[in-house]
Amino acid sequence: MATTTPVRGAHTPPPGGSGAASNGPSAWRTRLWRFDDKASPYAYIAPFFLIFGAFGLYPLLYTGWIALHRVEMTGLDQSEWVGWDNFAKILQDSEFWTAVSNTFVIGVISTVPQLLVALGLAHLLNYKLRASTVWRTVILTPYATSVATAALVFALVFRADGGLLNWVLHFVGFGDTDWGDGEWTSKIAISVIVIWRWTGYNALIYLAAMQAVPTDLYEAASIDGATRWQQFRKVTIPSLRPTILFTIVISTIGSMQLFGEPLLLQGGTIGAVGGSEHQYETLSIYLFNYGWKLGHLGPAAAVAWAMLVLLLLIALINWIVGRFVRKSAA
Amino acid sequence: MTTTSPTKTAPDLAPAPLPASAGKSGGRFKLGAGQHLNGGPFTYAALVVVGLGSIFPLYWTLVAASHDQQRVLDSPPPFLPGGRLWSNLQAAWEQAHLGKAIVNSFIVAGCITAATLFFCTLAGYAFAKMRFRGRGALMTAVIATLTIPPQLSVVPLFILMSDIGWGGKLESVIFPTLVGAFGVFFMRQYLLEALPYELIEAAKVDGATNIRIVWNVVLPAARPAMMVLGMLTFVQAWNDFFWPFLALNQENPTLQVALGQLSASYTPDQSIVMAGALISTLPLLLVFVVFGKQIVGGIMAGAVKG
Repeated sequence: MATTTPVRGAHTPPPGGSGAASNGPSAWRTRLWRFDDKASPYAYIAPFFLIFGAFGLYPLLYTGWIALHRVEMTGLDQSEWVGWDNFAKILQDSEFWTAVSNTFVIGVISTVPQLLVALGLAHLLNYKLRASTVWRTVILTPYATSVATAALVFALVFRADGGLLNWVLHFVGFGDTDWGDGEWTSKIAISVIVIWRWTGYNALIYLAAMQAVPTDLYEAASIDGATRWQQFRKVTIPSLRPTILFTIVISTIGSMQLFGEPLLLQGGTIGAVGGSEHQYETLSIYLFNYGWKLGHLGPAAAVAWAMLVLLLLIALINWIVGRFVRKSAA
Repeated sequence: MTTTSPTKTAPDLAPAPLPASAGKSGGRFKLGAGQHLNGGPFTYAALVVVGLGSIFPLYWTLVAASHDQQRVLDSPPPFLPGGRLWSNLQAAWEQAHLGKAIVNSFIVAGCITAATLFFCTLAGYAFAKMRFRGRGALMTAVIATLTIPPQLSVVPLFILMSDIGWGGKLESVIFPTLVGAFGVFFMRQYLLEALPYELIEAAKVDGATNIRIVWNVVLPAARPAMMVLGMLTFVQAWNDFFWPFLALNQENPTLQVALGQLSASYTPDQSIVMAGALISTLPLLLVFVVFGKQIVGGIMAGAVKG
């Protein structure tokens, strides 16, 4: 890529400036130009790195410091060294492990169906359609809906008494499920919100990748007598592998962050602890509850570090699975 | 077309065709359209089901916001709008400081969008078309920051904001998101294709300084992508929940924060909560109806979750 760049510094000074004689005002100008050329790219990318340094990297490191101290919401300017106590506190807390497992379970049951449906949906959208833009826009409307709005509407839909879903289900004899209070039903409810918001978005990403698959691959396959399903499995899916891996990574990171959905599913003080039995408490809720409701920022920072470790673990698993898939495909 | 990419990670992140062509592709597929088959009745039936599923929760927000709570929780539930929309909207407006929240949301999303467009275009241009030491490594660093969830830094961020006197102020939610990695990447991808080197060189021969080139050559060339990035950024900033909910308080909320607090109050009236949800969603839905096509094109071109 760098090879396509024309040789820089080869440009001549503006017409009128003397070429050979390198003294006088034109030499000064040439030097200024050189500096302009050297410094400008750094100046243009500096804002990103300044903002990231101040509000991304610095807090990230600072989190480690806070995790080793006692810092209370009531006195933010005071701190006291406590060593690994905060980590010990959360690791011995069974609620923390509940939150880890909930985050993991909700992550799986929201990501897997979401990506499978998105793949099928992209396949449908890849046909020649009437009003194709309208379809694409319609399936993307949930993306324009805020997490707060989505969570609150679905909270009404999943409500135990007078909820829309229970009314529909009573026709087939299941009218009295207490969605929010159940161990599994509450996790399903939260996954439905996530799936609703993100399926259309992922479908469009898959669609973009599908349209980049060369047509002759399909022609060759159909000459060889492949059915449509075989074409989908043997041509489309392999071509989409990098995109699929990418969406898995992004969805995994996203599911680690679930906060608004569990907070607002039942709302109020129940939401702030992730359900009466913590049945849908995610790590973000746990962090929020420790830091902002109970006011202990030290353990909250320790939770953030635990999340980082979990993310790295997931990245490692992703990488291993990715390698395995690539090897078995070769 | 996308054969020239400096970093190893970039091709994985960019499974998409040209931003320009994706934005305009509209009704018919051009290059590499896959199977070129017409959708059958099954295709349309399935799309109608998915489409209804996508729209229904929003429609039902309107329905629930236009009845009183008792009617909403009745069985069978209402499926057509009722007559109490206006009074519910008024109640939500008063109970949750929504007037202030709307102004705040526009300030926050507006500032973030303007700054993102400016800084991301500059950085995207530098990464796409300028040669400098460390460019590949720095671009990889930019993309790597996408994988860091905000949860990891909210605790110190909260302390930092209260230290510098921004606790509970809009600055605390604006500044951390002034410029994002997604935007830098998005603008770089676009400018790689859309801005020919000849144009830059011609301006240089005419004696233009770098900042002049940005103003007269880069910004005009980048305008279509900036439109799309602007809308994506606005949607994201408007809907952001986690950090604003932690950073702002009841007296000075954004719409999403106010909505969260409205529903967290002791015994929230569900119709009023839904009226609040409607107010907070309506501006974006309007943007979506008008610019849906461009937003769809932008997502297919960028193919990264911001």
